[in-house]
Amino acid sequence: MRSIPKASVLPLLLAAGITMPLVQSCKPTNTKSAVTGDAASKVFVPPGQYDEFYNFVSGGFSGQMSVYGLPSGRMFRNIPVFSVDPESGYGYSEETKPMLMTTHGFMPWDDSHHVESSMTNGVPDGRWMFINGNNTPRVALIDLTTFRTKTIIEIPNSAGNHSSPFITPNSEYVVAGTRFSIPMGSDAERDVPIDTYKQNFKGTVSFIHPDAETGKMEIAFQITAPGVDFDLSHAGKGPSDGWFFFSCYNTERAHTLLEVNASQNDKDFIMAVNWKKAEQYVKEGKGKKVPGKHYMNWWDDKTHNAISEVRNEVLQLDHTELKDLLYFMPCPKSPHGCDVDPTGKYIMGSGKLAALIPVFSFDKMIKAIESKDYEGEFDGIPVLKYESVLHGEVKKPGLGPLHTEFDNNGNAYTSMFVSSEIVKWNVESLEILDRVPTYYSIGHLCVPGGDSQKPWGKYVIAYNKITKDRYLPTGPELCQSAQLFSIDGPKMELLADYPSIGEPHYAQAVPASLIKDKSVKFFRLEDNNHPYATKSEKDARVVREGNKVHVYMTCIRSHFAPDNIEGIKMGDEVYFHVTNLEQDWDVPHGFAVKGAANAELLIMPGETQTLKWVPTTVGVKPFYCTDFCSALHQEMQGYARVSPANSNVPLSFNTKHADAGL
Amino acid sequence: MALLVACGGSEAPAGGGNAPAAKDATPAASTPLPGMITAADIKPPLDGDIDQGMVTKGKEIYEMKCLSCHTLTANRVVGPGWEGILKQRSPEWIMNMILHTDAMLETDAEAQAMLEECLVRMPNQNLTTEEAREVLEFMRTL
Repeated sequence: MRSIPKASVLPLLLAAGITMPLVQSCKPTNTKSAVTGDAASKVFVPPGQYDEFYNFVSGGFSGQMSVYGLPSGRMFRNIPVFSVDPESGYGYSEETKPMLMTTHGFMPWDDSHHVESSMTNGVPDGRWMFINGNNTPRVALIDLTTFRTKTIIEIPNSAGNHSSPFITPNSEYVVAGTRFSIPMGSDAERDVPIDTYKQNFKGTVSFIHPDAETGKMEIAFQITAPGVDFDLSHAGKGPSDGWFFFSCYNTERAHTLLEVNASQNDKDFIMAVNWKKAEQYVKEGKGKKVPGKHYMNWWDDKTHNAISEVRNEVLQLDHTELKDLLYFMPCPKSPHGCDVDPTGKYIMGSGKLAALIPVFSFDKMIKAIESKDYEGEFDGIPVLKYESVLHGEVKKPGLGPLHTEFDNNGNAYTSMFVSSEIVKWNVESLEILDRVPTYYSIGHLCVPGGDSQKPWGKYVIAYNKITKDRYLPTGPELCQSAQLFSIDGPKMELLADYPSIGEPHYAQAVPASLIKDKSVKFFRLEDNNHPYATKSEKDARVVREGNKVHVYMTCIRSHFAPDNIEGIKMGDEVYFHVTNLEQDWDVPHGFAVKGAANAELLIMPGETQTLKWVPTTVGVKPFYCTDFCSALHQEMQGYARVSPANSNVPLSFNTKHADAGL
Repeated sequence: MALLVACGGSEAPAGGGNAPAAKDATPAASTPLPGMITAADIKPPLDGDIDQGMVTKGKEIYEMKCLSCHTLTANRVVGPGWEGILKQRSPEWIMNMILHTDAMLETDAEAQAMLEECLVRMPNQNLTTEEAREVLEFMRTL
């Protein structure tokens, strides 16, 4: 979310100071005044002790997802998801390359956005995390036993997968809605002038089903929608379970200078989707298979390989033919966040440009639908009357409301981008209870379990777009940041600042107890079904197949077998299939070979990974372990001899011990 | 980390052995650490006939998880060779090295003496008690 350029912030802040003197100063000059005396003790986790919560944070334009502990703000892992990661070999090893395959070919990067938990009975269950790729529309599933990307599914008939990957209360569906509407269909239907937006552009919302056993994902159905921009979404829960809500902007249907042209209407929409009705239509056979080529990439922990499967079609429900699927609730003004409170009774849309936060009542929405209390239609979809569906408005909450999370006491916490603050208010009474400045320009925010039916509360974390003077300067490029606030008391209290990786779009925090004891420590060698696994050093060998040389290599503290290889020739493609024979926790081995044009391998205990190496010069090339593994780590090395293409050096390999006579 | 040879207290050595190397080391304590294997825990005991089925299984485990570092001769590679190993080490000491590797390296004087010689901490290969016993049976043939 960088819809408001940094350059425009200061004038806006000044304007805020003039027109809204009640709004707190956005940039207090004295930080000490914002931190009270015992903040340090509230975030201090003594060395060797564990944090209370895992915090899964979007890596934004890094394409990854990072894992922090709360309340310490210590970072544990940066999980590669949509972008290659030379450190682990993700996207470079032969096994992981298929994870990043799309209909556009191999994609080394994406812009990752929102993090969502898998849920059981409306509460995070610690099984999976989801994150969406915005640029090349995709959704990823992260397995929290391995902290690895398990599945990536591409979304067809979509552009800019932003309103994603929000989830239904029992993880039935993860959604993906088009931020950019686009022309769809045949080549001729897609090749149209941009200024025919109103006639030819449309959107879709896809419902993806993750399989409870395997974590594989498939698009169960895709609903067509009017050509506007779908921004964010959240599922109904409790009484509103069975519905999904999407914020929409650009109901002006502008296709140029949206900054101005998509800010004309007083109200845009929250789109309510009756997904139970959609399921019924699917059962009745009312969906149509339409072209929608996409990839489903899935990691197999037993073969230590990813597979890519291509789907050519998608089951589509046409909103112009099937009634009662979609309804619009008018929402001022260019809504961004679309959030549902823990009771499931209230839906709020945060109009970026609005001076209030509308809170919609699900009960009233159902009554308005039943009584056809419409104010009109938009592209054939009923538009419900604003007053009929409104629970109430939070008046003058601040400037630039973006996102809302909830605690377990009926309170909401809304981020205010322009006025750089978090505003706490009561969902029933709509009364503002507290406000606290953030440093600076907060985007998303996160309360542990804060978008579920039972928030754990305790903290709210602000994810800030701008840090400016908060840390030691690092040239023109500065980090973005998280700020941890206590919400235990009546007043929010700033406890800590810590930098984030990329732009932190949304996050999830769940109690460590839900995850930590399920963590995989190593992969059992007995279960390793990799086709090139070497499960005993006695089977280590080198096999030539034409110009392909397969090295079946083992490693253990602290040697490779084989570690002397001869008979490789220029023009060969060498595949180092390295199996880590260790069977204990925290003993990866690395593998790097001179002149490799890709990256290293980082091989977990019991795992097999493959590095492709195409030698570029004749000579003896060293390889070594990159991950300090023992006192003799520096001795964990070997040589591969590369001879000219026409040489007669025979293929040979060994690991010889000076005394053992091996 | 592996350089921190003597990070455990040596006042509570856990295994009884009769290796020549142990002559100069702290004498073994009579009570092993809680959870450690004692001679009475080894089932079946080693006084019966060699069980060829267990030997076969033990050899398979050896080839997958031990062979990289231990030869079947008397020569040390990374760790000591296994020829005649049961003449040098008690069965319970071996079982504890396999099953409680880190605890042994931190508390057992003989294990620590081996680490000073080999410099690579023996990996815990996460065998079950049954698998460790099968490896022990295989060792009886060496």
